[in-house]
Amino acid sequence: MKQILLAHGAGGRLTGDLVRDTFVPAFGGSVLSQLGDSAILPELPPGRVAFSTDGFVVEPNIFPGGNLGEISICGTVNDLAVAGATPLWLSWALILEEGLDQEKLAVFVQGAKAAAELAGVEIVAGDTKVVPRGKGDEAYVVTAGIGVVPPGRELGDQRMQPGDVVIASGPLGDHGATILACRHDLTGDELKSDCGPVQRLTQTLFDHNIDVRVMHDPTRGGAATTCNEAAVNSGQRIILEADQIPVRAATKGVCELLGMDPLYLACEGRVLAWVPEHQADVTLAAWHQFPEGQGAAIIGSVHERRPGQVPVTLRTRFGVERPLDLLAGTDLPRIC
Amino acid sequence: MSTPSNSGFSVDINALRESLFDSKAGRVLLKQIEKLAVGLTAPVTLMEVCGTHTHAIAAAGLRRLMPEKVRLVSGPGCPVCVTPIGWVDHAVALAALPDVIVTTFGDLMRVPSSTGTLEEARAGGSDIRICYSTRDALQIARDNPERRVIFLAVGFETTAPTIAGALAEAEKEGLPNFMILPGNKTMPGPLRVLVDDETVDLNGLLCPGHVSVIIGSDAYQQIAAAGVPCAVVGFAPNDVLTGVIDLLEQILGEKSVVTNLYKRVVKPGGNPAALQLLDHFFETTDADWRGLGPIADSGLKLRPAYAHRDASLIDVDLPIPQEPKGCRCGEVLRGTINPPDCPLFGKGCDPQHAVGACMVSSEGTCAAWYRHERLVTT
Repeated sequence: MKQILLAHGAGGRLTGDLVRDTFVPAFGGSVLSQLGDSAILPELPPGRVAFSTDGFVVEPNIFPGGNLGEISICGTVNDLAVAGATPLWLSWALILEEGLDQEKLAVFVQGAKAAAELAGVEIVAGDTKVVPRGKGDEAYVVTAGIGVVPPGRELGDQRMQPGDVVIASGPLGDHGATILACRHDLTGDELKSDCGPVQRLTQTLFDHNIDVRVMHDPTRGGAATTCNEAAVNSGQRIILEADQIPVRAATKGVCELLGMDPLYLACEGRVLAWVPEHQADVTLAAWHQFPEGQGAAIIGSVHERRPGQVPVTLRTRFGVERPLDLLAGTDLPRIC
Repeated sequence: MSTPSNSGFSVDINALRESLFDSKAGRVLLKQIEKLAVGLTAPVTLMEVCGTHTHAIAAAGLRRLMPEKVRLVSGPGCPVCVTPIGWVDHAVALAALPDVIVTTFGDLMRVPSSTGTLEEARAGGSDIRICYSTRDALQIARDNPERRVIFLAVGFETTAPTIAGALAEAEKEGLPNFMILPGNKTMPGPLRVLVDDETVDLNGLLCPGHVSVIIGSDAYQQIAAAGVPCAVVGFAPNDVLTGVIDLLEQILGEKSVVTNLYKRVVKPGGNPAALQLLDHFFETTDADWRGLGPIADSGLKLRPAYAHRDASLIDVDLPIPQEPKGCRCGEVLRGTINPPDCPLFGKGCDPQHAVGACMVSSEGTCAAWYRHERLVTT
């Protein structure tokens, strides 16, 4: 088994080998191949620049449905995409622990490559650091990404209006449930993270001329937290409908066993979109075209918020509304 | 997802789950509750005594679906909530010792003690680690042979056997540095106290499902004999509704028996293997319950043969326990007031900045009300 050595991060020959033999062949676009101190990017298309960064420390770093490499691309791509941007370029910085199996690194590289290809982005810059054994947990990744929001495209929580509907692009909570299940040694054929890029889903809404008010990716804290933040920012009230929220049976099972609520579990490949009610059907039809949007469903609606009313409620299956609060404290450490 | 059980048959978990959460069936059950309530001559108070019931009832919104004459209240069912402040002081003091690692379930981290929370103690340099199971704590003990690893043993009969199991493993392995701070409590005791307390209005008990798996449904016979109908129920909304129907039928029929409606996991005699394991390591002792005071034979202490595992014997300086001012957790735990009746509820006491234990633990009554019943913020 070939292992990562401290020298792989020292900037010398081993670093060079890693870049030349592993990273360039995998990501090898014209920009990365220049291997300069900075990536010199082509002229930007018209619009405003969107820029986002995220650190990834998921544990376990290989899980059903994805791995550290894949999630590190999706996380940043998705942050750009839900902001209405077309994701274009990404950087990929690794912090590896001395002794990491190189085959595992290869899994992360392949995961990142596949996700970048699916998302239509190019990895144009990178870095590798190695910390001594015991000072890290195998591997961490930091990505940053640049995208462009075309002229005239305005999204924001403030654009949400009473009468709008909230649409989820697929079943909720799969990523969080999968990670949680892994840590408790629970397995099941149907249990799989939803980790994946959402940029096709966001783009198709603009292609269909849907008046998207705002979009969010319900990552840490899950859909409940995302809706709370959006409702607070918008000054409106959101009602989610328990019997319409798509949750996979396997995810329900894990939640039931471990006492979790899927609405608070992270997704890593889902979008929540707020659109006018009359465009709900078009939105659903557009999303149902893609495998990652197969399970799309309307999960709630926007209402005027009167003074004192809580920002988000859930109508339970029994027809009573109850508040859907922010998560108190920490949920699960290191889910992404 | 089909899971083979010990008795050799298999259960389709998802089909079972669907039936228990099915709102159509639920509405039929609610209709029946409404019908029965018409026959009541006076309002009745039904109490559950399990944090998971508190949570399940609140999450489905069942309290607000009850007819006017049926009041659902929560009793002392959250183990963290009934843990006296002096015990938390003890945990904080032990964590301050340089050769100690304190291991705990996450719920205890933010419970206020006289001097601060475990979370604050950790930020201040104490080595305190959250565990999902006692197995995690054992592993920490194996990995740190030079330090004493103390597990904060709270919980009712549901968690106590897992702690006994960890002690058994530590004994078998000869793991000298694994200890516990005993704080486990047992269930039927406080129920008898509530039944006898004239200030507590109690017409029926929804008995704790998980605890009953261990102690058995027969454990409530004495309470039923004292005139309070008992129903052992599971945790899905339809489980709870079925329990309410049973209790109303008993009240209307002037009966008072123990009905086991959670037969899929609860036996009359409980789980003898777990009880035996408990009995091997622990003996009953008088215990102090927050909100209820001292109750005879309602706590578990280590048997003298296992004194080497007992962290309560470690000499530490303890502050004089100070209950937070204005907090009415005690009355909430006895079901005599609802959380919003406490002047601190939502005004200085919320899950982020909890004053009382009932707001800290996710199983606490105040936390459940705050999360699930509070439709207006002002």
